[in-house]
Amino acid sequence: MTRQTTAELTATPRETGRGTEIRLESVTKDYGLTTPAVDDISLTIEPGEFMTLLGPSGSGKTTTLNLIAGFETLTAGTISLDGADVSDVPPHRRNLGMLFQNYALFPHMTIAQNVAYPLRQRKVGKQEIARKVAEVLELVQLTGRDDTHPSKLSGGQQQRVALARAIVFEPKALLLDEPLGALDRNLRAALQTEIRRIHREVGSTFVFVTHDQEEAMNLADRIALFNSGRIEQVGTPQQLYAEPETLFTARFLGDSNVFELGRTALGSVVWEGESWAVDPATVSAHPGVPSGCAIVVRPEDVEVAGGRDAVPAGANAVRATVRDVEYMGAYRTLLLTIGERGLFGRARISALRGDYAIGDDVVMWWRPRSQRIVAA
Amino acid sequence: MSSRKIRWSSWLPLVPALALLTGILLVPLGGTFVRSVSSPDLTLANYEHLFTDGVTMTVLGRTALTAAVVTLAALLLGYPYAYLMTRVSPRARGILLVVVLIPFWTSVMARNFAWIIILQDGGPVQSAFELIGVDDVVLYGTNAGVTIAMTQVMLPFMVLPLFSTLGSIDRKLLLAARGLGSSPTAAFWKVFWPLSRGGVMAGVMLVFTLSLGFYVTPALLGSPQQSLVAQLLAQRTTLLLDFAAAGALGMVVLVITLGLVVWANRVGGTVSAIGVVATSQPKDR
Amino acid sequence: MSTPVRTRRRPDTIDPIPWWLKVVGGLVIAFFILPTLFVIPMSFSSATTFQFPPPGFSLRLYENFFTNPIWLDSLGNSFLVASLTALLATTVGTAAAVALSGLDGRLARLVRTVLMVPIVSPAIVVAVAVYISFLGWRLTGTVTGYVLAHTAIAVPYVLVSVTGALGGFDQRLLKAAASLGASPLKSFVQVTMPLISRGILTGGIFAFIVSFDEVVIALFLRSPLFQTMPVQMYNSVTVEIDPTISAASSLMVVAVTIIFILPQLLRGRAGSRREPRP
Repeated sequence: MTRQTTAELTATPRETGRGTEIRLESVTKDYGLTTPAVDDISLTIEPGEFMTLLGPSGSGKTTTLNLIAGFETLTAGTISLDGADVSDVPPHRRNLGMLFQNYALFPHMTIAQNVAYPLRQRKVGKQEIARKVAEVLELVQLTGRDDTHPSKLSGGQQQRVALARAIVFEPKALLLDEPLGALDRNLRAALQTEIRRIHREVGSTFVFVTHDQEEAMNLADRIALFNSGRIEQVGTPQQLYAEPETLFTARFLGDSNVFELGRTALGSVVWEGESWAVDPATVSAHPGVPSGCAIVVRPEDVEVAGGRDAVPAGANAVRATVRDVEYMGAYRTLLLTIGERGLFGRARISALRGDYAIGDDVVMWWRPRSQRIVAA
Repeated sequence: MSSRKIRWSSWLPLVPALALLTGILLVPLGGTFVRSVSSPDLTLANYEHLFTDGVTMTVLGRTALTAAVVTLAALLLGYPYAYLMTRVSPRARGILLVVVLIPFWTSVMARNFAWIIILQDGGPVQSAFELIGVDDVVLYGTNAGVTIAMTQVMLPFMVLPLFSTLGSIDRKLLLAARGLGSSPTAAFWKVFWPLSRGGVMAGVMLVFTLSLGFYVTPALLGSPQQSLVAQLLAQRTTLLLDFAAAGALGMVVLVITLGLVVWANRVGGTVSAIGVVATSQPKDR
Repeated sequence: MSTPVRTRRRPDTIDPIPWWLKVVGGLVIAFFILPTLFVIPMSFSSATTFQFPPPGFSLRLYENFFTNPIWLDSLGNSFLVASLTALLATTVGTAAAVALSGLDGRLARLVRTVLMVPIVSPAIVVAVAVYISFLGWRLTGTVTGYVLAHTAIAVPYVLVSVTGALGGFDQRLLKAAASLGASPLKSFVQVTMPLISRGILTGGIFAFIVSFDEVVIALFLRSPLFQTMPVQMYNSVTVEIDPTISAASSLMVVAVTIIFILPQLLRGRAGSRREPRP
C-alpha cells in the first residue's frame, strides 16, 4: 500500500495533527487581459491530501498556487485555511511552506542556516533549532553538510535542502511549484519517491504544481486539471484516466483514439457511416452540450483484426490502415490511419496477436463499455 | 482593495528620494524660473535682456565653441584609447581602465591646481617651449589653456561610454570584411565605425553638455575678460545679486543641456551610458 | 625549434595592433596621469609661491596643513559633510533602487529617469538655484544645507550602483523568505542586503567622494564660519596664493588612489581565498 486514501486521512486529521484544509471559493485573478488568468475556481483540498494542480503552461495552475501562497492578490473570491479566511493575510503570515523550481536557497547562508531560517523568524530557541534542523536534514537524507554553502551542492541536493527548509517549521501545508522541473529524468524519479515518502511521514497537506502528467499521476492523491484558467476535472489519477469528462482531459492524460461526433442522440452513434453501440455507463457528456461530443478509446482497449468476420458481435469497429509499427517488448503499438479523412489512431496489442506490416488493411474494434463519450 | 494597498506600499520607499529631489532640486529650480519671469514684473524682460545686453550672447557663443573644441579633442584622443582597450589582453585592459579612473576620481581641485602649476607664467610648459626656441607662450588665463585642461578633465566621460560600446562589437565582422577584400581602413569605416556610433553619441553628448556648464576650470585657469557662461552666471548671482537675470540665464543653460540629453537619448540610448559613467566616476560636481 | 615560435606568432600577424595606436595610447596615458603628478614635487617645495620647479625642498607645507586650523577645520568639515551625505544618500538611494527593482511600467521608468536628473544638470545652475533658495531657508553655511544639497546630487550614484547589484539578485529569494515567515522588512535586511552589500558599499563610497570633492555648490553655500576643503583649496589659489594646497592635493591624490586600488586588491585576495576550498 503505497498510497493513503483521502478517506483514511480525513478520518483522523487531528491525530496526524498537521493536515490543513485549503478551500478556494469562486477564486478569480484578472490581470486585465482578454481572459482572467484564473476564472472562478472552487476547489477544496482535504487535510493531509496530496493534491496536484496539473495543466499546460498558461492554464492558471501556477497563479492559483501563488494565490494560495499570497504572492498574488485575489480579484474575487476567498481562500481559507481550516475555515479561516486568509484572503487578505500577507504571505509571511500564512504559515505555508513553499518549494520553488530554482530551489531559491539563500546563497549567503550555509545549509544549516538556510534550514534554520524559518525557525529564526519564529523566535525558536537555539537548542530547539539545532535539534529540529538535524532532524529534518536526516529526514531528507542530507546529514553532515550543515556548514556547506548551497552552491557546492548538486541540483538534487539543493532541492532536498529547500524541502527541509520548507517543512522544518511544520507549516499548515506545503506548496510545490514545479520543484523537479530543473532536474534530469533519473533524479526526478528519485525525488518523486522521496517527496511521497516525506508526505506520508509528515502527514501534511501538499499542493503540487506540474505540467508533467506522468509526474502528476505518480504523485497525487487527486489531480485538479487546469485549462485556460478553469478547472477541467478533479479526481484521482485513476478517475481522470479511466473516466475523463472532457476531450481535453482525455487528451492531456495518456494517448487516446478520438472520434468527434458533433451533436448527436445517444443510444447508438454514427461516425463516417459506421454505426456504434453506446453503453449508458460510459457517457460523461450530456448529448446536448453545445460543442458536441466525442468518443474516446484508449489504445490498450483497442483490438485489431484482419477482417470484419473476426470482430466479435456487439463490438464497435472501424476500418483502418497500418501506418507504422512500434515494438515495445511484450506488446506493440500499431499506428493507424482511420476512415476516409485519414484520422490518426493507435492500438496497443499483445506481441503474440498476429503480425501486421505497414500498409495492411485492418479492422480496429473495441467493446462499447471501454469507450467514453465526453464533451468536445 | 487589498491589491491597491500592496501597490501603495511598494512605492513607499521611493518617497524619501523623491522628496529630497523635489525639495533640494526641483523647488529651487522652479523658484528660479518663477523669479526669472516675475521679477521685477510679470514679463519675459529678463530673457529679452539676454539677447540684447551684448554680453550674454557672446559668452554663450564662446562657451559653445569651447565645449565643441573640447568635445572634438576628447573624441580624437578617447576613441583610439577606447579602441586600444578593446584590443589588448585583459590584464593590460585593467591597467588602461585604472589609468582612466584614478585621475577621474582624483579631486577636481587638485587636478585644476596641477594645471595652474603647469600652465603658469614661468611654468613647465613655457620652459618646454623655450627649449625649442618659442618664447613667451602664455596659456594661463587664456581660452587655449582652459580648453587643454578641460579636455583632460572630460576625457574619461568620452572613454568610458566608448569603451562599453566598442567592447561589445564583434571583431570578427572586421576580419570578415577584410576577408571579402576590404583594406583595413575601409573595413574600419564601413563596419566598425557605424557600429560604434551609439558610444560616440553618448560620449559626445556627455562631454559637450558637461562642458557647457563647467565652472571650476574656466574660473581658475581662464580670465574674466574671456569668461564662459558658468562664470557669468556665478558673477550675476554673487556679485551683482541680480537673481532674476541670473535665473533667466540659468534656465537657458538648463534647458539647452536637458534638451540635448533628451535628444541624444532619443537618437541612441544615452541614459544607459550615463549609468556606465556614473558607476565609475563623480566629477565636476 | 623555429616551428613553435612561428605558430605562436601567427595569430598576432593576422590582426595586429597598429604601432601608431600604441603610440596614441601611450600619449593619452601620459595626458591622463602626468599633469596631476606635478602636485607631488610641489608639495615638498620650500617656496611661498606656486613656483615650479621648486627652488628647494622641505616639509613646511605638510606641517602647515596639519597645524593650521583653517586647513584642519575645512578637512574636518569635509569629512563630516561627506560622511553624513554618504549615510543619507546610501539609505535614500538604496531604498529607491530596491523599490524600483520591484516595479514595472511607465511611471516607474519615469521616476528612474527623474532621479537621474541631478547627474545631467549643470552643476553651476543647480548651485545658483540651491544657493538662492537656501538663503531664504537660512541653510547656507550650515551642515544641514551642505548635507542636503550633496545628498540630492549623490543619490543617483547610489541608485545606479545598487540597481546594478540588484541586477544579479534573484527576486524569487524574497518569495522564499516570505513563505518562510519573514516580513518584507526582515527579508530585506536578512536576504536582500547581504546579497547586494557590495553595490550598497560602492554607492556609499561614490556618495562620500561626490560630496568630499564637490566644489561648485560648496562655493556658494560657504560662510566665514563653515567651509569645506575644496573651498579652502579654491581660496588658496584665488585669494591667498597659499602653496599649502599642493600638500592637500597630494594627500587627496594618494588617498583616492588607495581607496580605488584597495577594493581591487581585497577582491583579488578574497577571490583567491574562496577558490581553493573543496
